[in-house]
Amino acid sequence: MAETVLTNPGQSPARLEGWRGIAADWASDQRAFKNVSWGKAMMWIFLLSDTFIFSCFLLSYMTARMSTTVPWPNPSEVFALNIGGNHIPLILIAIMTFVLISSSGTMAMAVNFGYRRDRVRTAILMLVTAAFGATFVGMQAFEWTKLIMEGVRPWGNPWGAPQFGASFFMITGFHGTHVTIGVIFLIAIARKVLRGDFDVERRGFFTSRKGYYEIVEIMGLYWHFVDLVWVFIFAFFYLW
Amino acid sequence: MTNAAVHMEGQLHAPAQGAVATGAVHAKGQQHPIKLYLVVWGWLFVLSTCSYLVDYFGLHGYLRWSLILLFMVLKAGLIVAVFMHMAWERLALAYAILLPPIAVLVFVSIMVLESEYTHLLRVLFFAAPP
Repeated sequence: MAETVLTNPGQSPARLEGWRGIAADWASDQRAFKNVSWGKAMMWIFLLSDTFIFSCFLLSYMTARMSTTVPWPNPSEVFALNIGGNHIPLILIAIMTFVLISSSGTMAMAVNFGYRRDRVRTAILMLVTAAFGATFVGMQAFEWTKLIMEGVRPWGNPWGAPQFGASFFMITGFHGTHVTIGVIFLIAIARKVLRGDFDVERRGFFTSRKGYYEIVEIMGLYWHFVDLVWVFIFAFFYLW
Repeated sequence: MTNAAVHMEGQLHAPAQGAVATGAVHAKGQQHPIKLYLVVWGWLFVLSTCSYLVDYFGLHGYLRWSLILLFMVLKAGLIVAVFMHMAWERLALAYAILLPPIAVLVFVSIMVLESEYTHLLRVLFFAAPP
């Protein structure tokens, strides 16, 4: 099978405007996504399925919280920290949010330098992204430890509705797992970038296929998705 | 946002010229100026600070909810459109990915009705006597 080559928008087949163009692409021969490589299309489809998974978590949390007659613990107080004698509400979560957004920024720039074939800068930015991600997971571990010490369990907590613990551990745990996998994925790709695999089109260990800098963008899609999910968790779990 | 939209339009034809300018045979894929990412990054910081301040100042009721949802949607939109490059993808891909999550909103409305009903039953039959 011929290698699928990603073309830039200037070279992609002419398309009709709006819905006519969509209908023409989807009704056309062989492939619907004309200028998108299979790797990128598959990552997007995976992210769509992951969207549904996180949606189901947030929905079950919403249902539990809306149907309980016991007051829900106030996240603003539960996640407050005492820093320098000041009681600051939700500060840990705010810092975690800024860390994750910063990691998204460095990732976006890594993708950019990747397409410019700037090997060293791409790898450094990816490793910085991984460091931000690891920091995030570390802060989450701190948060979990704090809550567990205060008596939060999946079946109960000292402040109110017992479903709080189950929702919290499930949602943040699943998100933290995604971040952890992302960090591992980042380090693996950064190593390949630094080694110059995508400059010499070295074949992959498992797949025996040539690698391209596009993998940095695909990796970036995953990472930005993790940030995206956090936007929704932050709004619905912590700010509600 | 208006400036960003104009900027995105301008980018559509840039890659071909960029490839010629750098002389790189392999210059393909998404190419946008670093400044665009920095601007979006800055906006994400501002929006996150805003949503944190909603909690910090303890706003309540519809004001709190509308602000939280507004900042959330803006942040999500910026991440998907610029960081994930959806603004520059072909419509066949963009719609295939962006339309299905709308089904989630239907699910949300169903579960809101369901949990209101459960809540009503619990209040009527299981609430502890005073």
